[in-house]
Amino acid sequence: MRVRLGQVDLPNPVLAAAGCAGAGRELAHFNDISRIGAVVSKSIMTEPWTGNPAPRLAETPSGLLNSVGLQGPGIDVFLQRDLPWLLSRGARVVVSIAGQTAREYGVLASRLADAAGVSAVEINLSCPNAEDAGRPFALDPGTAGTVVAAVRGSLRYDIPVFAKLSPDVTDIVAVAGACVASGTDGLSLINVLLGMAIDPGTMRPALAGACGGLSGPAIRPVAVRCVWQVREAFPDVPIIGTGGVRTGRDALELLLAGASVIGVGTALIHDPSACPRVLRELEEELAAIGVGRVADIIGQAHGGIPHGLPGRREGQKM
Amino acid sequence: MPVQVRATVLTVRRVDAYHALTLVAPAIATRFRPGQFITLAVGGPETSMLGRRAFAVHDVRSDHGGTVEFVFEALGPGTRWLAALRARDGVDAVGPLGRPFPVPKDPSRCLLLGVGYGSAPLFALAAKLRERGCSVDFLLGGQSADRVFGALTARRTGRSATVVTTDGSLGARGAVTTMLEQVIREARTEVVYACAPVPVLREVTVLASRYDIPVQAQVDVAMACGIGLCMGCVLPVTGTDGITRIVRACVDGPVFRADLVRWDDIGTIPFDAVGAPGWPPRGARGDGQSPRDRGVQGGRPPGQKRHYHAG
Repeated sequence: MRVRLGQVDLPNPVLAAAGCAGAGRELAHFNDISRIGAVVSKSIMTEPWTGNPAPRLAETPSGLLNSVGLQGPGIDVFLQRDLPWLLSRGARVVVSIAGQTAREYGVLASRLADAAGVSAVEINLSCPNAEDAGRPFALDPGTAGTVVAAVRGSLRYDIPVFAKLSPDVTDIVAVAGACVASGTDGLSLINVLLGMAIDPGTMRPALAGACGGLSGPAIRPVAVRCVWQVREAFPDVPIIGTGGVRTGRDALELLLAGASVIGVGTALIHDPSACPRVLRELEEELAAIGVGRVADIIGQAHGGIPHGLPGRREGQKM
Repeated sequence: MPVQVRATVLTVRRVDAYHALTLVAPAIATRFRPGQFITLAVGGPETSMLGRRAFAVHDVRSDHGGTVEFVFEALGPGTRWLAALRARDGVDAVGPLGRPFPVPKDPSRCLLLGVGYGSAPLFALAAKLRERGCSVDFLLGGQSADRVFGALTARRTGRSATVVTTDGSLGARGAVTTMLEQVIREARTEVVYACAPVPVLREVTVLASRYDIPVQAQVDVAMACGIGLCMGCVLPVTGTDGITRIVRACVDGPVFRADLVRWDDIGTIPFDAVGAPGWPPRGARGDGQSPRDRGVQGGRPPGQKRHYHAG
C-alpha cells in the first residue's frame, strides 16, 4: 500500500488529520503510530495559544461542530517535545502551521526548515488574517497565494508544502490555482465548513464562539466535490483528501475523486483506532476490485476506467 | 494505560430515576482506579452520533473475568440508546481514563460528597479509603428521593450518612452546600471528595477552605473523545507553580485539587492564562506570586477584540 506524496514516500495512504490526533501521544495508547501513513500535527503557531472559551464542541447529525480555536503549545514546545517524541516512535510527521499574518507563516516555515524529520508542511489557511479584519486567508486567492509564497520561500526545497483550503468559497479552483501559482507542492482538501448550532433548551448558541467548524461524515460529499473539481483543473497536483472519512469505502471515494492520500479526522474522536481500521477496510475494498496499487485508483472517477464498474445500489429492485 | 475493547452488556437495570449498566470488560476492570471514567460509542456502527459518551465508573467486580458498572440518566438520544441495550449486546468501550482520586497517605477522616448520580464513583473510592484505614462520611443530595444515588449503601457502609433533597422527599430539605459545614464540624472532616455539578463544586471549595480542608473534585464537563484529542472539555486550572493553564478535564483530570480550579472562570479564557491574548501579563513572570493571589480577575479586558478561529 506504499504511496508517494510529492517527494515523500509513505507506507500507506491513510493519514491522521490535523487537530484530531492530538500531539500523537494520545493516539499511541490505541495505535502503533509508526503504522499510520503519517501523523499531521495540530496546527502549530509561533506562540502558546489558549484557543477559545468552552463550550467548544457540539454534536450535529453525522458531524461535530467545533470552535477550539487552535489551542496549542507553540512552535518552541512542539520542536522540543512533540516532534522528537513522534519521530522516536517511528512516525512520519506532517506539520500543520497556522499564523495570523503571512509573515508568521514564514517564520514558522523557517523554524521547520532547521528541524530534522519533517516529512511535509501543511498550511492551515483557515485562520483569521489579522491584517484583513480577521477574514480567513483561505477565502481570498491572492492572500492564500501570499502565505504559500512566504512558506515556500522559507522552507528547504526537499520538504513539500500542502496548502489546506477551505470549502467556504464560491470558487475553490481559483484559490487552488493561486496556491499552485505561488509554488505549493500539493493541496489539502478540505478544512471544516463554517456552521452553527443553537441549543433550544438554553436558547443560546451551543458554542461559546457562536459559530464553529463542521466536520465529520456530514461534510464528506463537499470534500468529494472539492477534490473532484481541483483534480479536474490540476490533474498533476497531489491532493491530501480529508473530510468525513470514516470507513475504507469513504477513503476509496476520495481516492477515486483524485486524492493521492486521505486524512482521517473526526472519525478519530469517535474511534481512536480509526486509522488502522480504515486502512484495513481500504485494502479489502481494493482487493475486492482487483486493484493492487493505490496509485492505480487515484482520480479514476474522472473517466480512467471506461464506463466504470458494474455496481448495484441498495434500494434497487432487482 | 487505557484500552479500547468490544465490551459485552451484562445487565441494564433501572435505579430510581437513573440506569445502571454493567459491562463485561476485563481489560478495563483490572486497570481501574476509583475516580476514573470510561467512554462509549453510542448508536451502533452506522451511528450519526460521533461524540463518545463519558461515564464515571461506579464499580468494578471480578465476576465474568471483570465487569465495569456505571450509572447514567437517559437524557438524550445517546443515553436513551444505552438504556435500551440488552444483555449480550456489544458496545465499543475505552477506559479506564483520567486521573484517579488521590488517597491520603495516613488514615484520615474523609467526607464524600455527591449530587444526583454524581455520587456513583464515590463508593469504589470509599472502599479504597477504608482499606487504607480512613473513615468515610457521606453527604449525598439530589432533587428528590429518586435522584439521590446510593443513599442506602451510604447508610450501610459509611461512618455517617447525611442525605438532603431539594423537595425534602428524602432526608433533610435543602442542598448539600447548606449541610456541608455542619457535617464537616460533626465529622471533624480532614479531606473532602466531591462529585457534583460545577456550581456546587465551586461552593464546596469555598466552604471547605474556611476550615482549611483540601477538596478533591471530580468535574463534570462535557467530553467528546475522553482521550485528549478534541480539546473540548477544557477549563482554567492554576498549577502548583502559580501559572494558569487551559487544561483538558479528560487527561489532566477529571479529578482536580479544587483550590487550583478557577471555578468562576470556567467558560472563559482568563487573560493571565498561558497563551491568552496579551499573555504573559505584566509583572506576572518571575515574581513568584500566582496571578490569583494578586486578585487578577478572569475574562477578557473590555474593548480587547479577539478573532475566533473555527477549527
